[in-house]
Amino acid sequence: MRDTRIHAYLLLLPAFVLLASFTHVPAIATLIDSFFSTPKGSRPSVWVGLENYQVMAADPVFWKALTNNFWFALATIPLSIGLALAMALWVNERIAGRAFLRMAYFTPTVLPMVAVANIWLFFYTPQYGLLEQIRGAFGLPAQNWLGDQRTALAAVTAVAVWKEAGFFMIFYLAALQGLNPSLREAAAIEGASRWTFFARVQWPLLMPTTLFVMVNAVINAVRMVDHIVVLTRGGPDNASTLLLFHLYEVGFRYWDSGYAAALTMVLLALLGSVALLQFFVLDRRVHYR
Amino acid sequence: MNPSVRATRLVYNDPGWLDTIAAWLLALLWVLPLAYAVWTAFHAGEYSTRFALLAPLTLENFARAWAAAPFARYFVNTVALVTMVLVCQLVLSTLAAYAFARYEFPAKKLLFALVLVQLMITPDILLVENYKTMARLALVDTLLAIGLPYFASAFAIFLLRQTFMRIPKELEEAARVEGANALQILWRVYVPLARPVYVAFALVSVSFHWNNFLWPLIITNTQNARPLTVGLQVFSSTDQGIDWSIITAATLMSAAPLLVAFLLFQRQFVQSFMRAGIK
Repeated sequence: MRDTRIHAYLLLLPAFVLLASFTHVPAIATLIDSFFSTPKGSRPSVWVGLENYQVMAADPVFWKALTNNFWFALATIPLSIGLALAMALWVNERIAGRAFLRMAYFTPTVLPMVAVANIWLFFYTPQYGLLEQIRGAFGLPAQNWLGDQRTALAAVTAVAVWKEAGFFMIFYLAALQGLNPSLREAAAIEGASRWTFFARVQWPLLMPTTLFVMVNAVINAVRMVDHIVVLTRGGPDNASTLLLFHLYEVGFRYWDSGYAAALTMVLLALLGSVALLQFFVLDRRVHYR
Repeated sequence: MNPSVRATRLVYNDPGWLDTIAAWLLALLWVLPLAYAVWTAFHAGEYSTRFALLAPLTLENFARAWAAAPFARYFVNTVALVTMVLVCQLVLSTLAAYAFARYEFPAKKLLFALVLVQLMITPDILLVENYKTMARLALVDTLLAIGLPYFASAFAIFLLRQTFMRIPKELEEAARVEGANALQILWRVYVPLARPVYVAFALVSVSFHWNNFLWPLIITNTQNARPLTVGLQVFSSTDQGIDWSIITAATLMSAAPLLVAFLLFQRQFVQSFMRAGIK
């Protein structure tokens, strides 16, 4: 018996050494570092208590990033989930050109975000970008999508929705294909309309999938910043900055590791509360068995 | 619509013409960026914003992009990176998943919970601390530093554990009677039976690491270790002003291997992502 225990721990050892070194220990180190100052030259870091958090609370860019991230999440989560569901419902049926549609929806998922952001940059370019050419054709006034504080965040949000909707479609498609076909026959015999069938049968049965997709969408809303680096670098005047992008700037452009640790703690707290919410609340409510 | 007509429609559930139009409009919108990039990359600069059906095709943009930055090096780096990460992920998570699926040991639940933490707190959130670790190990600007934080994958461990648990124990016992030891059983019984899951995870992992950007951007500072994504960004933001023909050509080049693989093996890709997503 003792022998098999040792076997088990040996099997786990390599994975755990790495997991601990790059997830658990850094998470704890972040917490500790957030109470210390940033070492500068010969000056080592010293205990500063909550100073980094006070700096954060007084940093207008942090608050801007937080509110931007809130709106970014509020837009990308329902939009990408709604579109993903529509896509899945379409390609799950015998629709004309089904193979092409499925490919078209899914393609953004396999393309690097950095690469597609370059293409979108071209789309949004003032004067001769595609969007501007279309607006010009309709005689609308010129608009600098990425350079205007009012539209920059919406422009990067659109790119995010475009990128992830097809990815989420896959999970809905898998779930739809797993539904019992006799449900559909029963609904047909009852004379249920297509909408009733969706609202009363498919949607409730898709709840676990929606939850899974939603958790992923929330994580993505925190994690997706590649396109920001390419499209706007958080600008103009921080109009499109997000938390992780701000962290990247603080940590690797200003090399302020103390403040960066405090910012990381905010991200960890956000993701941690999503995890707890999923584990203790949502997982227990949405499962139909 | 009388009930019987409606009933047949539901059984076959052919989408109406409104659905078809909406679905196609959305699909066209979805491929538009890629189509636009293909147009620009294969035409001379003056056509990048002007659409003439008979504009002459050219490969010159690709040649110029290839010559303007060390793309060959970036390709080698990316291929080496995704291979290294995948091999390590598969080995480490197979061992760990086997322990979680078939062994009883103290603190099993706690250890599994500790694995799952990484599903939420992914290495890309902890970049500041991980950078410090890499600096301490003198690994900054190496391929190993890009891959190392991802070698142990909670996602792979989770996925394989689920799969291994569904494999009948009798098979293992039979192998044990034949005198096979634990590692032989794992290699001869479990791994072959879990093959579809390995393929699924491999596709997901390769796409993820081919496309990964922020961490490689931070941890590399010369072309020695830069993968394609970072090379592309450096190239399009500094070396070129706004020569869209070259930038789109470079963009397509860096996405091409995955894109071509996806178009060729569409069904496997879609099924892999499905399989990997179902808990």
